Amino acid sequence: MRKFWCAFFVFWPIVAIIYSIVASMTPSLGWWFPGASVTELGQRIDNLFYLILYIVTAVFIGTQIALVYVLWRASHSKDERAWFSHGSHSLEVIWSVVPSVILLFLALYQMDVWALFRVQAYFPKEARDAPIAEVTARQFEWRIRYPAPGKKLQLKPQPDDLYDVNDLHAPINRAVMIQLRSGDVQHSFFLPHLRVKQDAIPGQIIPIWFKAEKQGIFELTCAELCGWGHYKMRAQLTSEREVEYEAYLKKLQADQNYDGHATPSAVAKKDE
Amino acid sequence: MSAAGVAQEHGHEQEHAQGAHGHHEQSFIQKYVFSTDHKMIGKQFLFTTLLMLMLGGALALGVRWQLAFPWTSMPIFGPLFANAGGQISPEFYTMLFTMHATVMIFLVIIPVLAGAFGNFLIPLMIGADDMAFPVLNMLSYWFMIPAIACFGMSFYFGGAASGWTSYAVLADLRAAAPGSGSAQTMWLMGVTFVGVSSMMGSVNYMTTIINMRAPGMTLFRMPLTIWAMLITAILQAFALPVLTAAGFMQLFDRLAFGGWLEGIHTVFFIPAGLVVNNTDPTVGGGQPLLWQHLFWFYSHPAVYIMLLPAMGMTSDMLACMCRKPIFGYKPMVYSMSAIAGLGFIVWGHHMFTSGMNPALGMTFMVSTVMIALPSAVKVFNWIGTIWGGRLQFNTVTLHCIAFVSMFIVGGLSGIFMAAVPVDIYIHDTYIIVAHFHYVVFGTTMFGVFGAIQFWFPKMFGRKMNETVGKWHFLLTYIGFNGAFFPMHMLGIAGFPRRYADPYVHPYLEHLLPLNQFITISAMIMGFAQFLLLGNFLISIFRGEKTGRNPWNSNGLEWAAPSPPGHGNFDVPPVCFRGPYEYSNPNRANQDFWMQTDPTRNPKNPPEAPAHGHS
Ligand code: HEM
Ligand SMILES: [Cu+2]
Ligand SMILES: [Cu+2]
Repeated sequence: MRKFWCAFFVFWPIVAIIYSIVASMTPSLGWWFPGASVTELGQRIDNLFYLILYIVTAVFIGTQIALVYVLWRASHSKDERAWFSHGSHSLEVIWSVVPSVILLFLALYQMDVWALFRVQAYFPKEARDAPIAEVTARQFEWRIRYPAPGKKLQLKPQPDDLYDVNDLHAPINRAVMIQLRSGDVQHSFFLPHLRVKQDAIPGQIIPIWFKAEKQGIFELTCAELCGWGHYKMRAQLTSEREVEYEAYLKKLQADQNYDGHATPSAVAKKDE
Repeated sequence: MSAAGVAQEHGHEQEHAQGAHGHHEQSFIQKYVFSTDHKMIGKQFLFTTLLMLMLGGALALGVRWQLAFPWTSMPIFGPLFANAGGQISPEFYTMLFTMHATVMIFLVIIPVLAGAFGNFLIPLMIGADDMAFPVLNMLSYWFMIPAIACFGMSFYFGGAASGWTSYAVLADLRAAAPGSGSAQTMWLMGVTFVGVSSMMGSVNYMTTIINMRAPGMTLFRMPLTIWAMLITAILQAFALPVLTAAGFMQLFDRLAFGGWLEGIHTVFFIPAGLVVNNTDPTVGGGQPLLWQHLFWFYSHPAVYIMLLPAMGMTSDMLACMCRKPIFGYKPMVYSMSAIAGLGFIVWGHHMFTSGMNPALGMTFMVSTVMIALPSAVKVFNWIGTIWGGRLQFNTVTLHCIAFVSMFIVGGLSGIFMAAVPVDIYIHDTYIIVAHFHYVVFGTTMFGVFGAIQFWFPKMFGRKMNETVGKWHFLLTYIGFNGAFFPMHMLGIAGFPRRYADPYVHPYLEHLLPLNQFITISAMIMGFAQFLLLGNFLISIFRGEKTGRNPWNSNGLEWAAPSPPGHGNFDVPPVCFRGPYEYSNPNRANQDFWMQTDPTRNPKNPPEAPAHGHS
């Protein structure tokens, strides 16, 4: 029985490690990140994740081995009495100082990525100067307001602003800024493929920026409980080339200005 | 030296004569219902929390069912629902996970640690005959009943559905969650009653521990359980008022009075101009983030309220099972104090992505990362305690080892989320769910299961069944890890928490089979708890009878009869040494040395064998 229980307690960490290795090495299983990050900042976040992962895995293996080792020794002890020891001062010092140095290093090492992500003074200038859209989260959709082509986004809605729902377009390879707000309760703007997440707080306007480096359609979901329909706030980020982006805005503008009395050619064009 | 010993022995005998307790007859109601005896109150808490554990577990299985088999009718529980076909609607799902967390946190973990074990153990372990304020103690149990009633009414009204975190503005505006009108209000009242109950307990524990220790029980001779209970009581006393105040603020935000009371309608957390569900725009000037700050200012310390007592109890059990002094007693005390102190300045780590000032993110990151340090020190000391011990794998040992092993996982995953940039991605995903279940269930609950079996003989004078206990452990451990380890992977894959149907999002579709595996594991774990419940209930009447000290342990509680009568000790205890003198080479014929054992001359065997041979 003693052997069984020692094996039992070593078995689980081994399964956990194997499972983690399989999950991280086999993208086809989909048990790991949803693909490499599409932004450079996201890649830096992933790198920080891996740095922590390596340190933590080493500690995990070390402590679990130590645990099972002392278990084995203690359960197979032939001594009449246990070792009478109240502890060791030098060990306490070692195992307080070494982890605290590692932990402090980890904390300080995270700072600049956080500053880049969230502190407005560190945002790329091109993003800070010209926010491309205002995203308002509502139960249970995302409303998007763009300035008319060639104009700047204003705090107050303008008559010529362009609107869309649940489809945010952004040009690739350009740092873009979004003004995030909420129309009712709290929500969270989550772009898993870009490693972007920011809560939308009622009564507050929060700037976020990203620079997608890949074309495509990426999911936009809500990550903060906002009511019964929280799960279905499904939307997307369409990341496209600059020309396509401009065409999209033009089309929005045309649709919005369409007065219902179109010329036959316009109707024909629409039917295509 | 030996003269002193004789004098002590003499005093002991005299006290023995006085110690015979005057018996006054008690009615059934006084004894079993409105009891002021700390042991009975502890048992009342224990029975109630075990019952609530089963209820909370059932709610969790409802959540798991929906994630594994979305929109299909659930067996057994399905027909109980009002919904057609037993299907779980999104509203119902939101209510399920809210009430699951509420029941588990406020009606299981917090009251089982402080209420059940705090009550039962504190007077016994420090050698007091009862708590300082027995009536207050009784009230602290009876205030749980209106709390349970409020949560029950909340169910009846459709269930609170804003998560256990009850974030403003969702929880503040009735229109934001249709149907939650009275339910959310009742939920707030329930939390307030739990708070009152905890506060009464906490005042009592502090007073009792500080003032009522037996002669010789100096602070640094207190078992770590008592240290943990003291620190927990202090944490609670300082953190809880903030939650209570915040709860009332939210309550006043929600209540829509008419007539002359209209002025009472407040807007603490409600900003102006919100249009919720097509109702009129709100008027206000409140700040929703204020709620989060107030809530987490309580609830982060609260996660340690949910852990420290289990840490203390596991330390005591582990030392006894390894027949070895606890490794680094004082570092253990200091690290618990450090956890409690740091625990007050880390609450912002729940709010990294909330939109608070980004500079705060950096400070909270540093403090949060540093709180992992005392946790690590404790783990090393537990491993040190086993090192060189002589240990037997009984149910108690198994649970203690699981406690350490699972705490390593939960503590390490905490570091990922303490790192702000990484937390941007993993916040509010399933990796958070994995993290806190490893600490709250994997750590605390395994500690509690161990403690139930360890102190059961003291509670009822009988032992729990070992074989059933081991099966319960085995199934719970396997089910637990099967259910919660893969959740880390779900989180890394970006699987958000609190989604009624995650599979509407194409990037999550392929995770359904993994979720089914998790649900099956959770069911195994859930059903295993019937073994615990059955073992517990049957052993009260059928278990093997035990003497005073079945584990050959050192604490004062083992000097009292099993179960202790009214007034606890037949001999008023005097404490002669610390609680961890196991395997002292100066003791000739036993490997333990009870705190009450007056033997002074180390080389000689005790003149009269101390109580203790079972
Ligand atoms: C090693 C020390 C620990 C660290 C560094 C740590 C860190 C964190 C962080 C940063 C979060 C927030 C994550 C997020 O929402 O994005 C969190 C959540 C949580 N932690 Fe810990 N934690 C530690 C230990 C514990 C312990 C010991 C417990 C309980 C006994 C605990 C219980 C919780 C709970 C319940 C939550 C989630 C609350 C919620 O959002 O519903 N943690 N932890
Ligand atoms: Cu949402
Ligand atoms: Cu916390």
